[in-house]
Amino acid sequence: MAVPSVATDTPAAAEAPPALGTSGAREERVAGRRREWPLALLFLLPSAVVFAVFVFYPLYRTVQLSMYRSGPFGRLGEFVGVSNLNDVLSSEDFRHSLWVTLQFSAITVPLGLVLGLALAVLAHERVRGIAAYRTLFASTVATSVAVASIMWLLLLNPSVGLVNAFLDWAGQDRIDFLNEPGWALWVVSFTTVWLHLGFTFIVISAGLQSVPDELLESARMDGAGAWRRFRHVTLPLLSPTLLFVFVVLSINAFQSFGQIDLLTEGGPNDRTRVLVYAIFQEVRRGDPSTAAAQAVALFGILFLLTIIQLRVLERRVFYG
Amino acid sequence: MAEATASRGARRAGRYLLLTVAAVIMFLPVYTAVAGSVQPTSRLFDFPGVLIPRSIDLSTYSDAFRVGHLGRYLVNSAVVTTIIVVAQVVTSILAGYAFAFLRFPFKRLIFLVFLATLMVPAEVTIVANYETIQDLGWIDSYLGLTVPFMATAFGTFLLRQTFLQVPQDLRDAAAMDGYGHWGFMTGVAVPLARPAIAALTVFSFLLSWNQYLWPLLVTNSEDYRTVQIGLKALASSNIDQINMVLAGTVVAGLPIFVLLVLFQRQLVRGLTSGAVKG
Repeated sequence: MAVPSVATDTPAAAEAPPALGTSGAREERVAGRRREWPLALLFLLPSAVVFAVFVFYPLYRTVQLSMYRSGPFGRLGEFVGVSNLNDVLSSEDFRHSLWVTLQFSAITVPLGLVLGLALAVLAHERVRGIAAYRTLFASTVATSVAVASIMWLLLLNPSVGLVNAFLDWAGQDRIDFLNEPGWALWVVSFTTVWLHLGFTFIVISAGLQSVPDELLESARMDGAGAWRRFRHVTLPLLSPTLLFVFVVLSINAFQSFGQIDLLTEGGPNDRTRVLVYAIFQEVRRGDPSTAAAQAVALFGILFLLTIIQLRVLERRVFYG
Repeated sequence: MAEATASRGARRAGRYLLLTVAAVIMFLPVYTAVAGSVQPTSRLFDFPGVLIPRSIDLSTYSDAFRVGHLGRYLVNSAVVTTIIVVAQVVTSILAGYAFAFLRFPFKRLIFLVFLATLMVPAEVTIVANYETIQDLGWIDSYLGLTVPFMATAFGTFLLRQTFLQVPQDLRDAAAMDGYGHWGFMTGVAVPLARPAIAALTVFSFLLSWNQYLWPLLVTNSEDYRTVQIGLKALASSNIDQINMVLAGTVVAGLPIFVLLVLFQRQLVRGLTSGAVKG
């Protein structure tokens, strides 16, 4: 097979361990390397093509789109540079979406964390039948956003929903949860917390299991009560796990879409129009430039969160 | 002494009470969906009677299939999920093997570029990807629903880490016996990596089956709708037949629930492999 000799250049050589043995062995290795790179190319090509076309190109294209006005028939309009980005990012619409997204995160992240921790602590004791409880607590991990949202949609329906049937039965007024501006964001948030609770429970439970029993036992010997043991032994050892869950829930909050589309469609009065929903609306409306500018902003936020997530993961590998 | 035993008994009862209350609240939406789906609409207004079905009527399920075209949507979901899972497993094995066993230039750099895709969430790229799928004429097609998801950096990373644990001696021995890379991969490396491949399979099945935003964006016709999107249509046009909508919801959620029960260990492994060390 004719292979260009340029292929075996410095980076590979730098990576290879120092050559041992005779020059014959070395030649054999170099020959091996020559033979291996076409195979590597073949193996990497399928993934590389998908990533190039559906991850890296669209990233470039999104930044490009965000700097042009939307032209007719999906073509690029006039180049306006960063000013388009500026216009969109300082617009009332965008600020509103960002504000809603922040409120949504401010509800779902702490609530999800606290409830997940509570469930994990509750299910940590080795008592009979605990496996069944654990499966139940973990069960929402298998629930799709569509299934979860439709179940809550029907539970909260003003005329046929069970929650309103309960309010009736309890002698209270019915509430139109999804069309009431004061309620809508809370409903979307509760659905989200419930949906992610299975995952949060699984991860925090795994973290709890790695807290050494001896430490808790010696704290008990020293006369520490249940709360003090939890507060001063368990919680500090669990903090990397909680930090990890915190970041994952934050990223999830900024990516949420399905529950909003199914429950409120961004309403009432845009009260639940989070960033991803706003982007979706602009794509559907045929204004890719505005959508792209918002996507660039979303990318910036999520990029920061992901960096934090990787930092947390790295720390856990060393100290966890 | 008797006092201590009594207080321990009380504590245990309290723990069970809390566990049960939490489990009931957590499972209530699912329970009410199942209970509501087997009762006539008229019964649904009878609170709290609706919580304990007096009879079980499964005609709502056949209605959901007939009115909501659930059969078609389930087939679409099954086709799309199968294609994505198989493609992801194959591309991850190939790329993971290359990064673990093959020597080639710029390996570190290319590996970092692969990992960098994890930093780009799908929500950011939908604008441009929608454009691409439109240009390719892939709106309303299995291609549009699957091709963008045929590779995964998570899977590549998971399998590379697993392959790296295969002892070098095995590779050397296989080379002595005249095995090439293909023979070593299919005969030795992949069988050894079976637990990781299982975790990847379950994990990617879960993600693909539950996808929402992308299938909503790239399907307009009923012929290619997945069950998640079909559920939205079923709910929005049949709100007066809430029991039928609930039946549809149960059907859409069932495959993943079965998966959870059967493969809980693999799923937990997949979910926590990034989160918890060891």
